[in-house]
Amino acid sequence: MANKKNNDPFWWTLFGAGGTISAFFIPIHVALIGIAIPLGWFAMPDYEGLVELARHPLSRIYLFALISLSLFHWAHRFRFTLYDGLQLKHLEQYIVVFCYGSAIVGTVIGLIFVLSI
Amino acid sequence: MAKTDDINTSTNPRYQRYRPERYSPRMSIFWWVHKKPFVKFIVRELTSLFVAAYAVLLIFQVRALSQGAEAWEALVAWFSTPFSIGLHVIIFLFVVFHAITWFNLAPTAMVLRIGKKRIPGGVIITINFLMWIALSLAIATLILAR
Repeated sequence: MANKKNNDPFWWTLFGAGGTISAFFIPIHVALIGIAIPLGWFAMPDYEGLVELARHPLSRIYLFALISLSLFHWAHRFRFTLYDGLQLKHLEQYIVVFCYGSAIVGTVIGLIFVLSI
Repeated sequence: MAKTDDINTSTNPRYQRYRPERYSPRMSIFWWVHKKPFVKFIVRELTSLFVAAYAVLLIFQVRALSQGAEAWEALVAWFSTPFSIGLHVIIFLFVVFHAITWFNLAPTAMVLRIGKKRIPGGVIITINFLMWIALSLAIATLILAR
Protein backbone atom coordinates (compact mmCIF):
# COMPACT_ATOMS: atom_id res chain seq x y z
CA MET A 1 0.00 0.00 0.00
CA ALA A 2 2.96 2.29 0.57
CA ASN A 3 3.65 1.91 -3.12
CA LYS A 4 0.19 3.21 -3.98
CA LYS A 5 0.72 6.36 -1.94
CA ASN A 6 3.95 7.05 -3.83
CA ASN A 7 2.17 6.77 -7.17
CA ASP A 8 -0.69 9.11 -6.33
CA PRO A 9 1.02 12.42 -7.27
CA PHE A 10 1.85 10.91 -10.67
CA TRP A 11 -1.78 9.91 -11.37
CA TRP A 12 -3.00 13.21 -9.97
CA THR A 13 -0.76 15.16 -12.35
CA LEU A 14 -2.22 13.25 -15.32
CA PHE A 15 -5.72 13.83 -13.86
CA GLY A 16 -5.06 17.56 -13.60
CA ALA A 17 -3.54 17.86 -17.07
CA GLY A 18 -6.41 15.84 -18.55
CA GLY A 19 -9.03 17.88 -16.73
CA THR A 20 -7.57 21.10 -18.09
CA ILE A 21 -7.06 20.04 -21.72
CA SER A 22 -10.48 18.34 -21.89
CA ALA A 23 -12.21 21.40 -20.37
CA PHE A 24 -10.62 23.74 -22.91
CA PHE A 25 -10.96 21.62 -26.06
CA ILE A 26 -13.58 18.85 -25.88
CA PRO A 27 -16.70 21.10 -25.80
CA ILE A 28 -15.87 22.73 -29.15
CA HIS A 29 -15.15 19.36 -30.79
CA VAL A 30 -18.47 17.96 -29.56
CA ALA A 31 -20.40 21.08 -30.52
CA LEU A 32 -18.87 21.35 -33.99
CA ILE A 33 -18.31 17.76 -35.21
CA GLY A 34 -21.11 16.13 -33.23
CA ILE A 35 -23.90 18.72 -33.27
CA ALA A 36 -23.49 21.83 -35.45
CA ILE A 37 -22.19 20.14 -38.61
CA PRO A 38 -24.63 17.16 -38.51
CA LEU A 39 -27.50 19.64 -38.04
CA GLY A 40 -26.32 21.49 -41.14
CA TRP A 41 -25.31 24.74 -39.44
CA PHE A 42 -21.87 24.38 -41.04
CA ALA A 43 -20.55 22.25 -43.89
CA MET A 44 -18.25 19.35 -43.06
CA PRO A 45 -14.80 20.05 -44.52
CA ASP A 46 -13.48 17.67 -47.20
CA TYR A 47 -11.68 14.50 -46.18
CA GLU A 48 -8.44 15.57 -47.91
CA GLY A 49 -8.35 18.87 -46.04
CA LEU A 50 -8.98 17.23 -42.69
CA VAL A 51 -6.29 14.59 -43.26
CA GLU A 52 -3.83 17.29 -44.23
CA LEU A 53 -4.69 19.19 -41.04
CA ALA A 54 -4.48 16.06 -38.87
CA ARG A 55 -1.11 15.07 -40.38
CA HIS A 56 0.58 18.22 -39.13
CA PRO A 57 2.99 17.25 -36.32
CA LEU A 58 1.33 19.71 -33.93
CA SER A 59 -2.11 18.24 -34.74
CA ARG A 60 -0.84 14.74 -34.02
CA ILE A 61 0.57 15.84 -30.67
CA TYR A 62 -2.67 17.70 -29.92
CA LEU A 63 -4.91 14.74 -30.80
CA PHE A 64 -2.75 12.28 -28.90
CA ALA A 65 -2.58 14.49 -25.80
CA LEU A 66 -6.32 15.17 -25.91
CA ILE A 67 -7.17 11.47 -26.18
CA SER A 68 -4.65 10.15 -23.68
CA LEU A 69 -4.89 12.81 -20.97
CA SER A 70 -8.71 12.80 -21.14
CA LEU A 71 -8.64 9.05 -20.49
CA PHE A 72 -6.26 9.45 -17.54
CA HIS A 73 -8.47 12.24 -16.22
CA TRP A 74 -11.40 9.81 -16.31
CA ALA A 75 -9.38 6.99 -14.77
CA HIS A 76 -8.38 8.96 -11.69
CA ARG A 77 -11.70 10.66 -11.09
CA PHE A 78 -13.82 7.59 -11.80
CA ARG A 79 -11.68 5.55 -9.39
CA PHE A 80 -12.76 7.81 -6.57
CA THR A 81 -16.33 8.05 -7.87
CA LEU A 82 -16.54 4.28 -7.43
CA TYR A 83 -15.06 4.47 -3.92
CA ASP A 84 -17.22 7.33 -2.68
CA GLY A 85 -20.35 6.80 -4.70
CA LEU A 86 -20.69 3.04 -4.63
CA GLN A 87 -18.59 2.37 -1.49
CA LEU A 88 -16.38 -0.16 -3.21
CA LYS A 89 -13.20 0.56 -1.26
CA HIS A 90 -12.73 -3.16 -0.67
CA LEU A 91 -12.38 -3.70 -4.44
CA GLU A 92 -9.62 -1.09 -4.65
CA GLN A 93 -7.04 -3.22 -6.47
CA TYR A 94 -9.45 -4.28 -9.21
CA ILE A 95 -10.75 -0.74 -9.64
CA VAL A 96 -7.23 0.69 -9.90
CA VAL A 97 -6.21 -1.88 -12.50
CA PHE A 98 -9.44 -1.40 -14.47
CA CYS A 99 -9.30 2.41 -14.48
CA TYR A 100 -5.64 3.08 -15.16
CA GLY A 101 -5.36 -0.07 -17.29
CA SER A 102 -8.17 1.09 -19.60
CA ALA A 103 -6.53 4.51 -19.89
CA ILE A 104 -3.19 2.92 -20.81
CA VAL A 105 -4.84 0.66 -23.42
CA GLY A 106 -6.70 3.65 -24.90
CA THR A 107 -3.48 5.64 -24.96
CA VAL A 108 -1.67 2.93 -26.94
CA ILE A 109 -4.57 2.53 -29.40
CA GLY A 110 -4.81 6.31 -29.77
CA LEU A 111 -1.08 6.58 -30.41
CA ILE A 112 -1.17 3.90 -33.12
CA PHE A 113 -4.02 5.61 -34.99
CA VAL A 114 -2.59 9.11 -34.55
CA LEU A 115 0.69 7.92 -36.07
CA SER A 116 -1.05 6.09 -38.96
CA ILE A 117 -3.09 9.03 -40.28
CA MET B 1 -20.39 -2.92 35.90
CA ALA B 2 -17.11 -4.81 35.83
CA LYS B 3 -18.98 -7.86 37.01
CA THR B 4 -21.30 -7.79 33.99
CA ASP B 5 -18.32 -7.66 31.64
CA ASP B 6 -16.73 -10.66 33.32
CA ILE B 7 -19.89 -12.66 32.97
CA ASN B 8 -20.31 -11.80 29.32
CA THR B 9 -16.71 -12.49 28.28
CA SER B 10 -16.65 -15.77 30.12
CA THR B 11 -19.90 -17.04 28.67
CA ASN B 12 -19.22 -15.64 25.20
CA PRO B 13 -15.54 -15.09 24.32
CA ARG B 14 -16.50 -12.99 21.29
CA TYR B 15 -18.60 -10.58 23.33
CA GLN B 16 -17.39 -7.00 23.01
CA ARG B 17 -18.30 -4.03 25.13
CA TYR B 18 -20.51 -1.44 23.44
CA ARG B 19 -18.16 0.90 21.61
CA PRO B 20 -20.06 3.83 20.08
CA GLU B 21 -16.88 5.12 18.40
CA ARG B 22 -16.75 1.96 16.30
CA TYR B 23 -20.27 2.39 15.03
CA SER B 24 -20.18 3.18 11.34
CA PRO B 25 -23.55 2.68 9.70
CA ARG B 26 -23.55 1.68 6.06
CA MET B 27 -24.88 4.57 4.03
CA SER B 28 -27.18 4.23 1.09
CA ILE B 29 -25.36 4.69 -2.21
CA PHE B 30 -27.93 7.38 -2.92
CA TRP B 31 -26.87 9.47 0.08
CA TRP B 32 -26.35 12.44 -2.20
CA VAL B 33 -29.82 12.86 -3.75
CA HIS B 34 -31.32 14.91 -0.93
CA LYS B 35 -29.06 17.93 -1.02
CA LYS B 36 -28.32 20.18 -3.97
CA PRO B 37 -24.55 20.62 -3.33
CA PHE B 38 -24.18 16.82 -3.11
CA VAL B 39 -26.05 16.33 -6.37
CA LYS B 40 -23.75 18.91 -7.96
CA PHE B 41 -20.73 17.09 -6.56
CA ILE B 42 -21.85 13.71 -7.92
CA VAL B 43 -22.78 15.14 -11.33
CA ARG B 44 -19.35 16.81 -11.45
CA GLU B 45 -17.68 13.49 -10.65
CA LEU B 46 -19.74 11.73 -13.34
CA THR B 47 -18.62 14.20 -16.02
CA SER B 48 -15.43 12.13 -16.28
CA LEU B 49 -17.47 9.34 -17.91
CA PHE B 50 -18.46 11.69 -20.72
CA VAL B 51 -14.94 13.06 -21.09
CA ALA B 52 -13.77 9.46 -21.54
CA ALA B 53 -16.65 8.68 -23.90
CA TYR B 54 -15.57 11.52 -26.14
CA ALA B 55 -11.94 10.43 -25.98
CA VAL B 56 -13.14 7.10 -27.40
CA LEU B 57 -15.14 8.93 -30.09
CA LEU B 58 -11.97 10.89 -30.93
CA ILE B 59 -10.09 7.59 -31.33
CA PHE B 60 -12.79 6.49 -33.82
CA GLN B 61 -12.45 9.78 -35.71
CA VAL B 62 -8.67 9.46 -35.94
CA ARG B 63 -9.04 5.82 -36.99
CA ALA B 64 -11.52 6.74 -39.74
CA LEU B 65 -9.19 9.50 -40.97
CA SER B 66 -6.30 7.03 -41.12
CA GLN B 67 -8.37 4.41 -42.97
CA GLY B 68 -9.35 6.61 -45.89
CA ALA B 69 -12.15 8.70 -47.37
CA GLU B 70 -14.69 5.86 -47.36
CA ALA B 71 -14.29 5.12 -43.65
CA TRP B 72 -14.47 8.84 -42.88
CA GLU B 73 -17.65 9.34 -44.90
CA ALA B 74 -19.24 6.37 -43.12
CA LEU B 75 -18.44 7.94 -39.75
CA VAL B 76 -19.74 11.32 -40.92
CA ALA B 77 -22.97 9.61 -42.00
CA TRP B 78 -23.27 8.03 -38.55
CA PHE B 79 -22.74 11.44 -36.94
CA SER B 80 -25.90 12.62 -38.71
CA THR B 81 -28.12 9.96 -37.16
CA PRO B 82 -30.55 11.12 -34.44
CA PHE B 83 -28.88 8.71 -32.00
CA SER B 84 -25.47 10.26 -32.54
CA ILE B 85 -26.78 13.83 -32.32
CA GLY B 86 -28.66 13.00 -29.11
CA LEU B 87 -25.57 11.33 -27.66
CA HIS B 88 -23.43 14.35 -28.54
CA VAL B 89 -25.94 16.75 -26.96
CA ILE B 90 -25.76 14.76 -23.70
CA ILE B 91 -21.94 14.60 -23.87
CA PHE B 92 -21.87 18.33 -24.60
CA LEU B 93 -23.94 19.20 -21.50
CA PHE B 94 -21.68 17.13 -19.25
CA VAL B 95 -18.36 18.35 -20.68
CA VAL B 96 -19.53 21.96 -20.47
CA PHE B 97 -20.44 21.34 -16.83
CA HIS B 98 -16.98 19.80 -16.36
CA ALA B 99 -15.33 22.84 -17.96
CA ILE B 100 -17.28 25.37 -15.87
CA THR B 101 -16.65 23.57 -12.56
CA TRP B 102 -13.01 22.98 -13.51
CA PHE B 103 -12.33 26.64 -14.31
CA ASN B 104 -14.16 27.80 -11.20
CA LEU B 105 -11.89 25.61 -9.08
CA ALA B 106 -8.71 26.76 -10.85
CA PRO B 107 -7.80 29.40 -8.22
CA THR B 108 -8.04 26.74 -5.50
CA ALA B 109 -5.71 24.42 -7.39
CA MET B 110 -3.11 27.00 -8.33
CA VAL B 111 -2.03 30.10 -6.47
CA LEU B 112 -0.46 32.68 -8.79
CA ARG B 113 1.45 35.67 -7.51
CA ILE B 114 2.80 38.86 -8.98
CA GLY B 115 5.72 39.73 -6.76
CA LYS B 116 4.30 39.08 -3.33
CA LYS B 117 0.72 39.85 -4.22
CA ARG B 118 -1.61 36.95 -4.82
CA ILE B 119 -3.68 37.24 -8.01
CA PRO B 120 -7.37 37.26 -6.97
CA GLY B 121 -9.33 34.09 -7.75
CA GLY B 122 -11.86 36.00 -9.82
CA VAL B 123 -9.12 37.17 -12.18
CA ILE B 124 -7.83 33.62 -12.72
CA ILE B 125 -11.36 32.36 -13.38
CA THR B 126 -12.02 35.17 -15.88
CA ILE B 127 -8.74 34.47 -17.71
CA ASN B 128 -9.66 30.78 -17.92
CA PHE B 129 -13.08 31.53 -19.41
CA LEU B 130 -11.62 34.01 -21.92
CA MET B 131 -8.98 31.43 -22.93
CA TRP B 132 -11.74 28.83 -23.31
CA ILE B 133 -13.60 31.08 -25.78
CA ALA B 134 -10.41 32.00 -27.68
CA LEU B 135 -9.20 28.39 -27.97
CA SER B 136 -12.66 27.17 -29.04
CA LEU B 137 -12.80 29.80 -31.78
CA ALA B 138 -9.27 28.88 -32.88
CA ILE B 139 -10.09 25.16 -33.16
CA ALA B 140 -13.39 25.85 -34.95
CA THR B 141 -11.61 28.15 -37.42
CA LEU B 142 -8.85 25.59 -38.06
CA ILE B 143 -11.36 22.84 -38.82
CA LEU B 144 -13.91 24.88 -40.80
CA ALA B 145 -11.21 26.60 -42.88
CA ARG B 146 -10.33 23.22 -44.43
